[in-house]
Amino acid sequence: MSNLPDGFVVVVKEECATCQTVVPVLRQLADTIELTVYTQDNPDFPANLGARHDGDLTFSWHHDIETVPTLIRVVNGVEVDRTVGWKRGEWERITEVEGLGPKLPPMRPGCGSMSVDPDLVDELRVRFGATTLSSRRVDIADAEDDMEMMFNRGWTDGLPVVPPTEERVMRMLTGTSRASSDIVATVPPDLVDITVEKVAISAVMAGCLPEYLPWVLTAVEAACTDEFNMHGLLATTMPVGPVIICSGPGTRAIGMNSGVNALGQGNRANSTIGRALQLVIRNVGGGRPGEVDKATHGGPGKLGFCFAENDVDSPYGTLAGQLGLEPGVDAITLFAGEGSRCVVDQLSREPDSLARSFAANLQAMHHPKLVLAFDVILVMGPEHARVFADAGWSRDQIMSGITAHLNRPGSELIRGAGGMAEGIPEDFADIPDVPKFREGGLMLAYAGGGAGLFSEIIGGWVNGDVGSKPVSRAVAY
Amino acid sequence: MTRTILDPTGERTLAERQPLERPTSLDGLTVGLLNISKPRGDVFLDRIEERLNAIGAKVNRYSKPTFTKPAPVDLRHKIATECQFVIEALAD
Repeated sequence: MSNLPDGFVVVVKEECATCQTVVPVLRQLADTIELTVYTQDNPDFPANLGARHDGDLTFSWHHDIETVPTLIRVVNGVEVDRTVGWKRGEWERITEVEGLGPKLPPMRPGCGSMSVDPDLVDELRVRFGATTLSSRRVDIADAEDDMEMMFNRGWTDGLPVVPPTEERVMRMLTGTSRASSDIVATVPPDLVDITVEKVAISAVMAGCLPEYLPWVLTAVEAACTDEFNMHGLLATTMPVGPVIICSGPGTRAIGMNSGVNALGQGNRANSTIGRALQLVIRNVGGGRPGEVDKATHGGPGKLGFCFAENDVDSPYGTLAGQLGLEPGVDAITLFAGEGSRCVVDQLSREPDSLARSFAANLQAMHHPKLVLAFDVILVMGPEHARVFADAGWSRDQIMSGITAHLNRPGSELIRGAGGMAEGIPEDFADIPDVPKFREGGLMLAYAGGGAGLFSEIIGGWVNGDVGSKPVSRAVAY
Repeated sequence: MTRTILDPTGERTLAERQPLERPTSLDGLTVGLLNISKPRGDVFLDRIEERLNAIGAKVNRYSKPTFTKPAPVDLRHKIATECQFVIEALAD
């Protein structure tokens, strides 16, 4: 890093009109104080002031020059004061020289420093910071196609990935305050410790923006817990994967979709956050289909299934709230689930009728005769939710209203009943009311466009200690 | 121009392990049978135990708490210290 010369330092570039304006002031100061001028573009600007050329922008980068001109006062090599642009009062206060630039206007805003030029900043970040990256560098030959090379190495999920160059990874890392070397989690199935840097690489490949990185990091942490059991979820033959449901003001800040087509395509954050998690599982954890991943059919969560809840308009709060997080927190919930299926009810205008419709659909989940082993998330669309909201039903009332219609006599569910071998053990035969879901196994989320009397059921994998529990976490920035 | 990208993998160095030599006889040796806890795994393992006992092997039986998760490290250590061989059964 360049040291600061004692006295006064001014950083300028010729291209900046304000820098040209202050040249007479610099000449005044050079006669009276110890002045060092750094110039970013033309080494001969300003003429005859002995300016040092900061051509590679090392000085500007390391001293956080964002605006030119910048005036810095230095004592014993340490910065003690700074002003940007031209403000006569400030320049006179800092230099303790009166009567500066008498013919100049009292104030002119500065221009952007070349060290923060959007066209240069990625390259500079690599030049001055890439040494903190510890991943192996892989060179791509001139004649090799970047995309094909990554397909050939088995690094993609079947879709093209963005090449994780040093520039892109460094830019991605600006999305978090965490050090790139921090260990985030231990990733199954190979149980490999993963750093923030490796998560950032997968986020780049998935197509994320830096502001999504905290969400991806939190998703990776949540997935790699014993409760969530990503290992089992990967290895199971069932068609399930991590379903990521986000809520809080941060979802709007990063432009997530909770409205029209929320569970579908077309939104960058929705489409890439879940994908980044799965690229971590594939490339760092070693979880690949046909190897540890033995899914019979697979499902959308295997590629990336992520959406936001519309918590601003939700009449009954958020899923993360149901799972214990405070309202208003940026939260991410991981659920081991399959693709969604639709509940169509375009005629119910009374809450009990709609609750019965939901219950009838939920009974069929996975198998009408299998109960208690699987959880579910019901993603209610706004038009369905309004039926309950207009009747004044709270979240608890909706849940108990649906649950009231989810019991069936054990005699109808046992193996062989109804001419179907599948079912629950004989021991349940005499129990009159066997619930479809365990306590807490029915969860409610709110998303979707304003038109359409539809909701979505996301069926879960084996629940509880033997399988997976939903995990909600506040997003860690 | 040559482009450089960063390796997205875990960059693991795999520990190389040599398989144990096959014994000429199991007589007097201890074989662990690990049931992963899927239904009917016990049916398979009961038969294997009979066959092993018939050729003089001692059999220890173990179960994973759930088939969805790897065997806990303590269980793996117990098997490794109590047995010379292990058979892990998957049945569905």
